[in-house]
Amino acid sequence: MNATIAMITFRAMLGRRRAVLLFALPLLLAVLAALMRVLDASDLDTAAAVLHGFGFAVLLPLLALIAGTGVIGPEIDDGQIMYVLTKPIPRHTVVLTKLAVAIALVTVFAVVPILLTGLLMAGGTAQLAPAFAAGALAGGITYTAVFVALAVISRNAAVIGLLYVLVWESLLGNFAPGARSASIQQWALSVTDALTPTSYVHASVDLPVAAPLLVAVAAAGAVLAVVRLRSLSVVAAE
Amino acid sequence: MTTSTIHDIGYRRYEGRRLGRAYVLRSLFVHNLRAAFGLGRPARSKVMPFLLGLIVLVPALADVGAVSITHRPELLIHYSAYPIQVQVIVAIFLAAQAPVLASRDLRHHTVPLYFSRPVGHLDYVLAKVAAMVTALFALMAVPVTVLYAGGLIAKVPHRADHLGHYLGALVGCALFAVVLAAIGTVVAAFTPRRGFGVAAVIAVYLLPTVFVRLVQAIAEERTDFTLEAWMGLFAPFNLVDIVQVRLLGAPQTATGIPPGVTGGLVALAVCAALAGGSVAVLYARFRKAGLS
Repeated sequence: MNATIAMITFRAMLGRRRAVLLFALPLLLAVLAALMRVLDASDLDTAAAVLHGFGFAVLLPLLALIAGTGVIGPEIDDGQIMYVLTKPIPRHTVVLTKLAVAIALVTVFAVVPILLTGLLMAGGTAQLAPAFAAGALAGGITYTAVFVALAVISRNAAVIGLLYVLVWESLLGNFAPGARSASIQQWALSVTDALTPTSYVHASVDLPVAAPLLVAVAAAGAVLAVVRLRSLSVVAAE
Repeated sequence: MTTSTIHDIGYRRYEGRRLGRAYVLRSLFVHNLRAAFGLGRPARSKVMPFLLGLIVLVPALADVGAVSITHRPELLIHYSAYPIQVQVIVAIFLAAQAPVLASRDLRHHTVPLYFSRPVGHLDYVLAKVAAMVTALFALMAVPVTVLYAGGLIAKVPHRADHLGHYLGALVGCALFAVVLAAIGTVVAAFTPRRGFGVAAVIAVYLLPTVFVRLVQAIAEERTDFTLEAWMGLFAPFNLVDIVQVRLLGAPQTATGIPPGVTGGLVALAVCAALAGGSVAVLYARFRKAGLS
């Protein structure tokens, strides 16, 4: 970890108008929760549907994508990463620092809002809120590691990430059960499933399978990012 | 103390024929349309638009194949439903390519270079939006045309009806393209940082869509069909489907469709407001860009 790199990355992510986007996403989740309250539809079923359908399927991957690709992608693109790489700082420190910043952002802008929304909608019933928050944290870390690795590998990281999240996890997941089992969203959901007794949350993968997969994929993402950053060739921005 | 003088070294005005506004518009339009598909750029810029164009074709080809093998014409996807069924791919295309058109000039501070030539601010913006609309229209119209042509080859009955539905669906595709391009280019013009534009555009499409769907599901559960129908105005694809169903006579695909011609006219008005508002906002944005 390197405090200076962390500070620069935070400033790049939250500076100027960029923070607006990060604030707007969880705000909509809160509006949705408040609307359910007004409509008097805050039962456990709806709470689970909203937290899964909006929190897990949209908010978490989208924020992880913004944070994961945003901490390193633009710097590689415009060549500024050279100013960091030419300093005597090990590459794994650079990657791990940026990863930590991205995870912190995901925690603040996705995990905490999911926890608060859960508390607002379901209260303390069935430990729904903490269970979803724990799942979101586990999934968020893995998503972020994957997207950081993607951002180091490819310039189209954001689009590839979207294809994975929207086409593989959401679209194919509805048709092919196999695709559903091989998705970070389902692994995160299995963490939630294991922590809450309600039957409204159902993951297609069991926790003993999902937990090692979450850890393994996150570690693989981080390692891949370090390896690729070691031999990064900077080409001129398009 | 030195005195400076300006020497007349024979500067001359250009007094020949000028190519005019139409030429400017056409050049900018063609340039932007090529940029939307990565043409005239390195291969890595072409990968994504063409990959997405291929993915969007796959369901149509598979469907045409299924119809011609099984000889069951009812399997043919409704032309007007196709863009809605592949909406995620269309949205990703928009998210990937809208920043290419709308943010690149801002990011590299090249906007003043355009306006130091006889290019009007409005022409510049109109060319960009029109190019994005054309690219999106092509993306959706090609698979719809494949469906229609496949249907003809497989000899589906009621040919005259099919032609009508097909032409209606093409109008629908154009409307989808206008609404999406209006939203996408505005969002991209305000997020010049690379990667952020993609995420911002997809967020602006995805969040309202999922939000509306969740509220609609709950409204349906409580048999509040009025709320369910009118919520449809807030999700881009549902909005255009309202126009398709109410004004173009297409079968319903999206969830919330307000009743009567009124519903259709309101939806059409929202589409028009989106398009007009988008051009106005972009005009204001690019007029100031690069001058600070």
